Amino acid sequence: MEDQTKTAAQQRRMIPARIGRDAQRYGILIALALLCIVLSIVSENFLTSRNIINVLRQTSINGILAIGMTFVILTRGIDLSVGSVVALVGVVSASFATTSAAGFIPGAPYMPLIPIAVGLITGTAMGALSGVAVARFAVPAFVATLGMLSAARGLTLIYSGGRPVPALTDGYRWIGTGDVAGIPVPIILFALVFALSHFVLTRTRFGRHVYAVGGNPHAAKVSGLPVRAIRFSVYAISGALAGIAGMILAARTGSALPQAGVAYELDAIAAVVIGGTSLAGGVGRVTGTVIGALLIGVMNNGLDLLGVESYYQQVIKGALIVAAVMLDRSRKTED
Amino acid sequence: MYRRARRRPAWGDDMTTPLLEASGFRKSFDGVPALKLGQFRLEPGSVHALCGGNGAGKSTFLKILMGIHHRDAGTLLRNGSEVVFDNPSQALAHGISIIEQELSPVPAMTVAENIYLGREPVGLFGRIAFRAMNSRAQALLDGFQFGIRADSLMMDLTVAQTQLVEIAKALSYDAEVIIMDEPTSALGEAEADQLFAAIATLKARGKGVIYVSHRLSEIFGVCDSYTVFRDGAFVETGTLADIDKDHLIQLVVGRPLTEEFIKENTPQARELLSVAGLSADRGVQDVSFALHEGEILALYGLMGSGRTEIFDRLFGLSAESAGTVTIDGRPAQIATPRQAIDAGLAYVTEDRKRSGLVLTGDVRENLCLATLDRMSAGPVMNARAEGRAAARMIETLNIRTASDRLNVAHLSGGNQQKVVLGKWFLTEPRILLLDEPTRGVDVGAKREIYRVMSDFARAGGAVIMVSSETDEVLGMADRVVVMRDGRVAGELDRATMSAEKLLHLAA
Ligand SMILES: Nc1ncnc2c1ncn2[C@@H]1O[C@H](COP(=O)(O)OP(=O)(O)OP(=O)(O)O)[C@@H](O)[C@H]1O
Ligand SMILES: [Mg+2]
Repeated sequence: MEDQTKTAAQQRRMIPARIGRDAQRYGILIALALLCIVLSIVSENFLTSRNIINVLRQTSINGILAIGMTFVILTRGIDLSVGSVVALVGVVSASFATTSAAGFIPGAPYMPLIPIAVGLITGTAMGALSGVAVARFAVPAFVATLGMLSAARGLTLIYSGGRPVPALTDGYRWIGTGDVAGIPVPIILFALVFALSHFVLTRTRFGRHVYAVGGNPHAAKVSGLPVRAIRFSVYAISGALAGIAGMILAARTGSALPQAGVAYELDAIAAVVIGGTSLAGGVGRVTGTVIGALLIGVMNNGLDLLGVESYYQQVIKGALIVAAVMLDRSRKTED
Repeated sequence: MYRRARRRPAWGDDMTTPLLEASGFRKSFDGVPALKLGQFRLEPGSVHALCGGNGAGKSTFLKILMGIHHRDAGTLLRNGSEVVFDNPSQALAHGISIIEQELSPVPAMTVAENIYLGREPVGLFGRIAFRAMNSRAQALLDGFQFGIRADSLMMDLTVAQTQLVEIAKALSYDAEVIIMDEPTSALGEAEADQLFAAIATLKARGKGVIYVSHRLSEIFGVCDSYTVFRDGAFVETGTLADIDKDHLIQLVVGRPLTEEFIKENTPQARELLSVAGLSADRGVQDVSFALHEGEILALYGLMGSGRTEIFDRLFGLSAESAGTVTIDGRPAQIATPRQAIDAGLAYVTEDRKRSGLVLTGDVRENLCLATLDRMSAGPVMNARAEGRAAARMIETLNIRTASDRLNVAHLSGGNQQKVVLGKWFLTEPRILLLDEPTRGVDVGAKREIYRVMSDFARAGGAVIMVSSETDEVLGMADRVVVMRDGRVAGELDRATMSAEKLLHLAA
């Protein structure tokens, strides 16, 4: 008799426990779905294929940045420089792809492959510099990447003379405006970056290393992991992805603006945090980040559709980020 | 209703009201029961041992008492009336306090400031009345003859002294029930004596102490009554004077267990490792010793005598300095843990939470952490190989976990230690460096660890073990190097070692 009450009681307890667990895994997915449902009711324009493609395309830049940021945050770091790197990569790579008479680089425009390679190298190099400061010289990530935020913006202005790099070749613009079978290229790039990152973090040795270093750098070190190399790599990855995002942005705009990307790091961090990755390191997934980025994208789009002023949009977005972290904290202290 | 259904302890008929009476405590985590039947009765003026193996539910029970966890069922009587605590401050208000295993003092503040943290006596304009606070704290400390100055900085105290301050703090709340969950696990034997003296004072003042430890000699030394939990359920309670060690072991483990130590290895002539003129951090100087195939060598010494620093240096965790290390007859350059692992070394550190485990990870990830390159094809992990390796270690070391996907943070202390051991066994080392390998590990598991050590040495490996427990050194070591203030104070072999000689050389 006692056994019966026990199992019944146990079952009663198990159910909420399971719902709780699932809610914390799928919480933001549910939030995203709810938001989409509400928006499709209040605005007839929301659920059109054109609008959806539009949202995805707008999300892709922040999404790619946020995926890079996920790597960094998983190791207990932060990368504040991505917005500036977006701008720097934009002007540098665009200068190899401009038809402008000003001819930034002798011989320009080059075949798209050249500016793209230059852009990737530039972004990776900027990330690597932050990485060296953090991993080799133990500069706190906040400080190292804050320095890079300023320095990369300065380099952008110096390189471009403060002027946009205009008139990009069609080949280069294809990255931002082209499509494959009706799917815009930025969305395809976003999907590729997501798939690859997800694979790296969940399936590869490097992924295990990233989680271990973020979870307990001491234990990782004692276990023989190359902690410095891992720390360095995540900043290089973040820089490379910022490079891709920078080129998409320049290509979409048609000219690279030196003031592009300001405050982009905030949206990227927001997507990561909303996606459930812990700023304390060691816990999180890129799937969460992508959903977090989509949530921000859909929200911006929805507020636009509803005609909410952009000033208010910022307030709402800020509140959402804090609320997401509050939820994250409260479920941690429950443990 | 529950309380009536339970059998009262035999000595429960006398007239005193117990300080604390818990019955029918139950607690599950995600449907897995951690505590099935927690029952406990604490009399005033007694030191009551709460015994049980790793994962028996002791900490869970105590956390419920303190309002940290919420029980699923059960009644708690405090001085005869029923209470429910939602959080630790309510428990504190009812005179129950805990001295946790991980102490959390504010290091840059004084002892007095720590004791009265958040309750500082204030004077005019909210100014803290430092003088009043210091003298009150000093009076409290002197009442126990702790020999600690109230105005010294917390960071200048030893671990043992920090614990004593914690006790003083508990008493400043007028606590009547003081819970100590493995308080000696971070102390050496010499330091622990101070704690035991304090416990005796508490007892003389009519307080009740709940004491958890896996060191049996300690339990028989300081406690008067015992309660045993096994697999989350109450087993027996009684007076320690009525039972002996073997009986207690049997209650804890659930079967008779005679010999405590297992030692079947024999040292060979061949030298596996030799260290000459080594210096390391914290004043370790000119340390030389040799380690042979099949040998278990103990490094004995007081806290701070430099034993851990030697390990850190051998494992490439501290900067290379004077001295040579020879492994297998060849001079070894070990500047990083990776090189140490490749040279066949494995290092179980003394603080598993700080440097042993990735607490955000699960059991499998932690077990595989040092051997990821053997479980991958190119850069891609082979999940099957990881699962197989984890399963093998869980079985070999008898790790109690619901699954290899459970977060290690949720494992009991002893099982966490086994996970760390398992991680290193997977590297197939030849030389094991074990720093306090049985800290916080129950009798049954201790024996398993001794067996593993013995088997490892018998199979041609060699072990260096740092231990503060004299019994363990005497029971397991073939040879012991005694350290004092960073230098080798002497070396004893199995024939000549004794507890007196060890203590004499170390102090
Ligand atoms: N938060 C939690 N979530 C899931 N399981 C838990 C949690 N806390 C404890 N457990 C499980 O409950 C059981 C009892 O653990 P508990 O820490 O109470 O053991 P213990 O008797 O204190 O052991 P030890 O002597 O090793 O400290 C263990 O099997 C443990 O894995
Ligand atoms: Mg415990």
